[in-house]
Amino acid sequence: MATIATIEHEKALHVKDFSFTYAKTAQPSLVEVSMPIAKTCITALIGPSGCGKTTLLRTFNRMHDLYAGNRYEGEIEFEGRNILGPKEDLIRLRTRIGMIFQKPTAFPMSIYDNIAYGLRLQGIKAKSELDDRVEKALNDAAIWPEVHQRLKKEASSLSGGQQQRLCIARAIAVEPEILLFDEPTSALDPISTQAIEQLIMQLKERISIVIVTHNMQQAARISDYTGFMYLGKLIELGKTDTLFVTPQEALTEEYIMGKFG
Amino acid sequence: MNAIDKRRLVSRVVLILSSISALIGLLFLFWILGVLILNGIESIRWDLFVYEGAPPGMLESGLKHALIGQLILVGCATLIGVPIGILGGTYLSEYAGNSRFGNFVRDISDIMMSAPSIVIGAFVYAVVVLPMGHFSGIAGVVALSIIMIPIILRTTDDMLQLVSPTLREAAYALGAPKYRVILSVVYRGAKAGVLTGIILGVARVAGETAPLLFTSFNDNFYSTDLMEPMASLTVTIYNYATSPYADWQSIGWAAAFMLSMFILALNIIGRLIILKRKGA
Amino acid sequence: MKHIKSSVLLDAFFAKLSHGGALIVLILVISIFAVLLGYSLEALSQLGLEFFTEEKWAPNLEKFGARSAIIGSLISTFLAMALCIPIAIGIAIFLTEIAPNSLKTPIGTSIELLAAIPSVIYGMWGLFYFVPLMRDLFGGLGIGMLSASVVLSVMILPFMAAVTRDAMNTTPDILKESAYALGATKWDVIQAVVIPYAKAGIIGSMILALGRAVGETMAVTFVMGNVHRISWDITAPATSIPVTLANEFTEADSSLYFSALFSLALVLMLISFSIIAIAKFYFLKKVRRGL
Repeated sequence: MATIATIEHEKALHVKDFSFTYAKTAQPSLVEVSMPIAKTCITALIGPSGCGKTTLLRTFNRMHDLYAGNRYEGEIEFEGRNILGPKEDLIRLRTRIGMIFQKPTAFPMSIYDNIAYGLRLQGIKAKSELDDRVEKALNDAAIWPEVHQRLKKEASSLSGGQQQRLCIARAIAVEPEILLFDEPTSALDPISTQAIEQLIMQLKERISIVIVTHNMQQAARISDYTGFMYLGKLIELGKTDTLFVTPQEALTEEYIMGKFG
Repeated sequence: MNAIDKRRLVSRVVLILSSISALIGLLFLFWILGVLILNGIESIRWDLFVYEGAPPGMLESGLKHALIGQLILVGCATLIGVPIGILGGTYLSEYAGNSRFGNFVRDISDIMMSAPSIVIGAFVYAVVVLPMGHFSGIAGVVALSIIMIPIILRTTDDMLQLVSPTLREAAYALGAPKYRVILSVVYRGAKAGVLTGIILGVARVAGETAPLLFTSFNDNFYSTDLMEPMASLTVTIYNYATSPYADWQSIGWAAAFMLSMFILALNIIGRLIILKRKGA
Repeated sequence: MKHIKSSVLLDAFFAKLSHGGALIVLILVISIFAVLLGYSLEALSQLGLEFFTEEKWAPNLEKFGARSAIIGSLISTFLAMALCIPIAIGIAIFLTEIAPNSLKTPIGTSIELLAAIPSVIYGMWGLFYFVPLMRDLFGGLGIGMLSASVVLSVMILPFMAAVTRDAMNTTPDILKESAYALGATKWDVIQAVVIPYAKAGIIGSMILALGRAVGETMAVTFVMGNVHRISWDITAPATSIPVTLANEFTEADSSLYFSALFSLALVLMLISFSIIAIAKFYFLKKVRRGL
């Protein structure tokens, strides 16, 4: 059984006995995972590659539904309901739970339109409102000073680190409840990484954050809670400062000591 | 209706429309395929391989002349087009590289690959048929090889470029001169790809009709003399299909079926070679 | 020593030989233009601009106006493209975004194989199956501009659908997912991400298809009628440059007639050459660089 520390905060998400199996495989990739995700905190998911951390993350906004044949079991509670239910409105769900990917995913359009895209999807058409919210999102993502003079330029003209912050701005423009980060700095240089980490820490004032990272130092630096996963199971979830100092499970200890992974 | 529901509706409608248009397109394509196969199977019979062309109404009428003519025309065009194409492609990949000359030849070849084949026919008419004074198999061969050269050249170029530079370097490090490196290392590494290119090139040329209309012209009798007009399946299909005689039309379908199966078979073989290489 | 010397010679020989192979393509293109131009001179100098503006083409009266053939080429190509583009995009969207995986490969492969079927077969189908249908629908002969355009569009459809699908398939999944992650619907994603991302490739493939359609002979020769007349009625028989060449080249009995046909071939070559050059230099360059 996994060791799950008590969460002092309200819960943003609650995963209950969750199992997941990819299409065309018999072996489940996640086995009976149960974990709370604390509100307005940063929860990091660590573990060796293939442990299921990204698979779990992609369940929270039901990305797996884009591909046929994937199977869920169990429950994930969000805003008082099970989001795995068949009647779940995925489009609405994804506007409440945003996602940032391993690589910057600027759309082939201008910087301005990239941010306005999600807003327009929500039916915002008035130019003044769009302008305001684009500016606010870019400010919140700490990239406004760098781009405000070239909003009409193609987003691909930005550097990798800038593009990643642009993607964060795009995600927070629609004011989500939760943001999911899937190894957001794995394609970036150390300076850009630092900027993104700072940004994530600022965002947690308003937004609950789950971040998957292969980098233990990163998890230690920025997260409040850390979950260690291994072979499709959650082994341990604890407050970050205790988990890295006094892990409760032998496997966790071996992993953070670098004995495997 | 709120923004999300509206988008959902629009999305559904557009996707249905695009599925319908896909269905229409596919219906037409499978209509053609069905017609070809049904008429082909109905018309094909052993006699067609035994007899040469005969006037309409004759029972002992076949396609032997056209089949042999087709094989000779395409075969000779391959013998001319493939070596020239491979040499040119080798030059682009191994000598010209990314130079301006190299890229210029690449672009011109790409344009040539899409040039109207009937214009190639007109060109060959001017440079081969007029000097000879009459239509001839050799003129058809020239026209088909002109079409073939850029195809082989471009695929050879692409395939040789895929051979890893380390392989070449390893050969150079053994002191091999460049031509030996190309012949024994680069060609060997690109063998499957170049072979596929040749097969697809042959398939492409085998279906050409327009450039043969006024080069090799046609002949209703069996002949292997390249200096004389020569029958081909493609031109025979055209002539028989546009004739008012039901028996000729039926032979035309049989010819169309044979030609298509030959070309499809070549395409499938080409794909299998690629697949096999990928699997290895 | 001797061994090394001979290999140097062989090396130089092989380089020259392959250089020759590459040069042949350039020599061919130049000679095609030179020969076509040479044989066109008589008609072009005798008829001048009239060759392009005159509609009447009456070989027995030594009257050669190419207008109906040129306009016919443009109209049939335009109609074929107008019919083909939406359907090809529909098929591409269907194959990349809608069809279940079990259908994608078989349908995709059969479309690629259909692209390899010679155009003479499409023409034959047009003559025996599509023309009678048109005759029943619109009366008249069934042979004409509309039939030719439809057969032409069906002929270029597999090529265009396959290339458009390939272009759309290059859109990285992660880019599509990030649009879905913002709450986009499938169509939102296609519109905002897939099509813009594949735009250069799609336009390039359309222009390549256009180049093919302009020069295509056999798919249209069967069903167009070769009547040198420009008519507003698109079900009426008409002609185009390739159709005229295919029907009349072997019949030319005077040197002016012959030269007029070569002028048509030259015009066709110029049109097709420029269309494909535009596709290559303007649109497909970007794709090549992007890879």
